[in-house]
Amino acid sequence: MKLVIGIVRPERANDVLEALYRAEVRGISMSRVQGHGGELDRVETYRGSTVKVEVTDKVRFEIGVSDDFVQATVDAICDGARTGQVGDGKIFVVPVERVVRIRTGETDEAAVTPVSA
Amino acid sequence: MVPVLAQATQIDTGDTAWMLAATALVLMMTPALGLFYAGLVRAKNALNTFMMSVSAIAIAGLMWALIGYSLAFDGTGDLIGGLHNVGLHDVTFAAREGTTIPELVFFAFQATFCIITVALISGAVVERMRFGPWMIFAAIWSVLVYSVLAHWGFGGGWLQEGGTLDFAGGIAVEMASGFSAVAAAIVVGARKDYGRIGLLPHNSVLVLLGAGLLWFGWFGFNGGSGFGTGDPSVLAFTNTLLCPAASLFTWMMLDLIRDKKVTAVGAATAIIAGCVLITPAGGFISPGWALLLGLLGAIPVYYVIAYRPRTRVDETLDVLAAHGTAGFLGILFIGFVAQASWNGVSDGWFYGHIGQLGDQALAALVTPLYAFGMTFVLLKAIGAVMPLRGPEPDESLGMDAIYHGEEAYPSGEGAILVTPEAGEEAPVPVAQP
Repeated sequence: MKLVIGIVRPERANDVLEALYRAEVRGISMSRVQGHGGELDRVETYRGSTVKVEVTDKVRFEIGVSDDFVQATVDAICDGARTGQVGDGKIFVVPVERVVRIRTGETDEAAVTPVSA
Repeated sequence: MVPVLAQATQIDTGDTAWMLAATALVLMMTPALGLFYAGLVRAKNALNTFMMSVSAIAIAGLMWALIGYSLAFDGTGDLIGGLHNVGLHDVTFAAREGTTIPELVFFAFQATFCIITVALISGAVVERMRFGPWMIFAAIWSVLVYSVLAHWGFGGGWLQEGGTLDFAGGIAVEMASGFSAVAAAIVVGARKDYGRIGLLPHNSVLVLLGAGLLWFGWFGFNGGSGFGTGDPSVLAFTNTLLCPAASLFTWMMLDLIRDKKVTAVGAATAIIAGCVLITPAGGFISPGWALLLGLLGAIPVYYVIAYRPRTRVDETLDVLAAHGTAGFLGILFIGFVAQASWNGVSDGWFYGHIGQLGDQALAALVTPLYAFGMTFVLLKAIGAVMPLRGPEPDESLGMDAIYHGEEAYPSGEGAILVTPEAGEEAPVPVAQP
């Protein structure tokens, strides 16, 4: 089992969801985060104060998958999120020690989607 | 606008007092429209959307003073007014011909109409049009379309002289903005995400607040269009309460029938639709007919709004439905139910004067054609000189950051001060020994 973490542009989030759906990856979490990925800072001015905004809004996907589905998931996120410009985001794949599905008590491979690869 | 005999050149203090207040009420409608529109777009475009309305105050206000007012209200030429009042020449304390208020007040009151009409069109092009071309468009449109139609409808032009009744701007404000909006949406093109993902209002509370303030301002808009405190103003004022209330009721029922849920954004839209419906008819129809106008008029507007997103025309905030369609219906409705016993001017078909319906239909036919055609050509011309919209990544980031260097909802995190405030010392770490 692996946890795939994808950090992408907010405006690509819908495309990522669509690509994941097509890759038959089910069961995801997403959250709004802020980060800095090497893109240009935005300069904003509020009355007399000029500020350099170093962090940009991003969306973070977290997807627990069985080993067979790791590549499909990574590919789907890449497909959905890529624009070719700096700031497209990153994907991290990390090992998972244990997974429990709360409703049924199923654990590990049985608890992540999809079960049968 | 009600023709009063020209002898009355005496200033009436009561009339003037009300018109001063009404002018302020109508000016407030433009920021209120900004709120309404800003709530309907995504958060990253909220400021830009608001600023399109606010900038209209500057641009249309200036153009109106420089030339627009003169072209609309100087003289009774068939197609266009004269140049006598250019740059506010001869706009003084003397009573405006046919009214009992100083021309200065008349000018200011009419200026607020020009301003909100320009702001209304922005609803068609929000979330993608560049701010510079918008301002240029606003300046030229206010003269080329608004001043001309204002002259036709209530400045002594051919429609008014021909007998068309338009109390507070069904022609120059509502139909002009509604049909121009369609042309603008076609020329500027759809947002890149239109029809692909859901583009939702980011704050429906702002939408309702904006609608409420617009309704409040509309009492000045319609109630002031009798240029005083006489019967026409009183009638229009009360009709401005009744008609939107009725259309709000109808809208809630239609929502219930469709989804078993009454929507808040729908309610806000219904209020606007009701105010627009009664705008041309306010001082001409009885309160009973105003209620019926609201009850029935909301139905076509509802279905235009439901149908439009299925088309490829990204007329984003439905100016055509809320203003074009409702203004069209209001203008026509006068032709049926105008009552000389209420308005002292003319009867409609139901009261024995079928000719009135013809006069109204003429305006309802000509205005959309003129507004659509001129706006289409104007935007094509501006588009030939400069791009009307920015590159796609800009649209992704949002108009606020690109054109205003601000955000409506900045998190404040990760913002590094570039130039310290003048006179203040540079920040020093607290933990310095």
